[in-house]
Amino acid sequence: MRKLTIPREEYMTPGHLACQGCGGALAMRLALKALGKKTILSIPACCWSVIDGPFPYSAAGVPIFHAPFETAASTSAGVAAAMKILGKEDVNVVAWAGDGGTFDIGIQAISGAAERGDNILYIVYDNEAYMNTGIQRSSATPYKAWTTTTPYKFPKARPKKDIIGILAAHKIPYAATATVAYAEDFVKKVKKAASMRGFRFIQVLSPCPPGWKTPPEITIKLARLAVQTGVFPLYEVENGEKYKINIKPKKLKPVIEYLKLQGRFRHLTQEDVDEIQRMVERNWKVLLAREEFSKQIEKIV
Amino acid sequence: MKRMAIVGNHALSYGALLSRVQVIAAYPITPQTQVVELLSEMCADGTLKAEFVKVESEHSAMAAVMGASASGARAFTATSSQGLALMHEVLHWVTGARLPVVMGNINRAFGPPWSIWTEQTDSLSQRDTGWMQIYAQDNQEVLDSVILAYKVSEQVLLPTMVVLDAFFLSHTSEPVEIPDQEMVDEFLPPYENKYILNPDDPHAFGGLTNPEWYMELRYKIHKAHEEALQLIEKEGREFEKLFGRYYGLVDPYRVDDADTILVAVSTAASTARYAVDLLRERGKKVGLLRIRVFRPFPYERVKEILSGAKKVIVLDRNLSPGAGGIIASEVRGALANVKNHPPVFSYIMGLGGRDITTKNIMELFEEVEKMEEGKDIIWKGVKI
Ligand SMILES: Cc1ncc(C[n+]2csc(CCOP(=O)(O)OP(=O)(O)O)c2C)c(N)n1
Ligand code: SF4
Ligand SMILES: [Mg+2]
Repeated sequence: MRKLTIPREEYMTPGHLACQGCGGALAMRLALKALGKKTILSIPACCWSVIDGPFPYSAAGVPIFHAPFETAASTSAGVAAAMKILGKEDVNVVAWAGDGGTFDIGIQAISGAAERGDNILYIVYDNEAYMNTGIQRSSATPYKAWTTTTPYKFPKARPKKDIIGILAAHKIPYAATATVAYAEDFVKKVKKAASMRGFRFIQVLSPCPPGWKTPPEITIKLARLAVQTGVFPLYEVENGEKYKINIKPKKLKPVIEYLKLQGRFRHLTQEDVDEIQRMVERNWKVLLAREEFSKQIEKIV
Repeated sequence: MKRMAIVGNHALSYGALLSRVQVIAAYPITPQTQVVELLSEMCADGTLKAEFVKVESEHSAMAAVMGASASGARAFTATSSQGLALMHEVLHWVTGARLPVVMGNINRAFGPPWSIWTEQTDSLSQRDTGWMQIYAQDNQEVLDSVILAYKVSEQVLLPTMVVLDAFFLSHTSEPVEIPDQEMVDEFLPPYENKYILNPDDPHAFGGLTNPEWYMELRYKIHKAHEEALQLIEKEGREFEKLFGRYYGLVDPYRVDDADTILVAVSTAASTARYAVDLLRERGKKVGLLRIRVFRPFPYERVKEILSGAKKVIVLDRNLSPGAGGIIASEVRGALANVKNHPPVFSYIMGLGGRDITTKNIMELFEEVEKMEEGKDIIWKGVKI
């Protein structure tokens, strides 16, 4: 029998306000299992400002500071500084934000905190659009996807921003991707990140049924397909240099298997799908090459 | 206690040092830079045991002190003008979160065109953020006000801005008494707040609140301001017992038998004091009301002092375009419910750091002497 790596303890309680099949809610539940009770969350404007429950309720089971949209990293920087001066450095200081709060409006504060090496674990639950405000594009929205601001006639014209690349360029100790379908992998990464110091970053792909126009019961299937098709590879980068791919499918599944299940891609032509297929394959090869290269860095330098 | 000649910026730094601030987050801007430079040195050489977060913007500075204060640390920052405007969103948030953050703001005019000289529009345009605002007239008051600000803020759980004029105070050396640390410790106990981010007693702060409860939370913020009105005077008297200097909500000067009272803030008020003396020598019954605390606005004290006068002049080194002087509008508001209140003459002058001289102020009194009906706005010294 395989060893159970996911702690049984539950911190998140029932009664939260997420939609059925919300990847973001599941991501939090798993992250808290990995982090444990000694955790402080800063949450900027995003679905999670609602999911946690209206005043005076809270579903998270750990303290939360609700913060302005672009301040997850900067508010957490202050929390981390306070923990240090107050001698409470055993507390996990966690910024928990959406892709909009991370890739777009919050990126300056993130870059600042990452460069300073503030002692924060930053987790972005990436649902690839501004869901709280009703599905508008973010710079995490994938190429050709529909959102209310990238309508079917003019779907998103540019690919998703490479946030891990940006964070890796800050030479932070740890940056990783994860998704809710690979729960053990995600929990392991959160634990690993929590055991390190400095600025650490995890991007967890979190399907959103209303935003992706998908039935709630296929959230896990979608997250798994995102990895198996190579659309969203699972990997880690240590110190901005050492790449490690965690899940390596022998052969990538065709992207159409992932795309065809989602209403946000239903307008795609065969050419669009072919183009996305080429992009995904290219990115995958580049990632494999990075991993290979990082094995040789020590020999080169 | 020792006496030192220091600039206003360093008076802020010493105020923070003596208040034993634990987390500082700040971003440089002229004319505030010396505040954070000295604090960086103090942190580096261990004089001050604090974490200094060298943020990448003022927006992040305010967010970081907010996070620190919410975690139970005494937090400090300082800024000016453009930096203060950039903080605006978070200023509201800090009040809503009921965090006793203290910051220094060096008054500087907004661009464009670029200006680095003094004007009160930057801090006054943060009027409705719920921050308490103290306007100092000398460097001693700057230092003392930081300590007093923490004392009051931490009791009512509201943030405070200690405001000083660019260059006239920020870069001007004055002799300042640096109080002994033990005496400051006696006056200002360590920051304690039971509503903090604490994993052993987890709560969510600031979550979505529907119309059923939001208004009550705003009501409590206003009530806390009202409580602060009493506390500022009470703590001012406690401070006086230990340090021999009293600071209240307002600072009236020769107003008891005055027919005409000038209302002013900051260094313009020190200049006005001298003008009042000169006019008194000539037998003019004039006085000065310096407003020290702008938020909470001391309505009762202002009414008490001004309602006995025959004429009120307000000197505003600030402008709300389309309305006029910001302090004048508060003064008119305060007098509105006073029967047979005196007419108000609202002067705009000294914008963008233009000098306000004793002679200028004497002219205001002379001009007003010839006028009967109050004036909503009078521009002084405009060349076009
Ligand atoms: C300064 C500011 N601008 C805009 C908003 C409105 N707003 C709230 S949440 C949000 C989108 C959040 O998107 P994301 O970070 O991806 O989180 P999600 O809602 O998808 O979970 C926006 C635009 C805001 N709260 N603050
Ligand atoms: S809109 Fe999407 S991210 Fe937001 S709660 Fe619903 S499923 Fe979750
Ligand atoms: Mg999103």
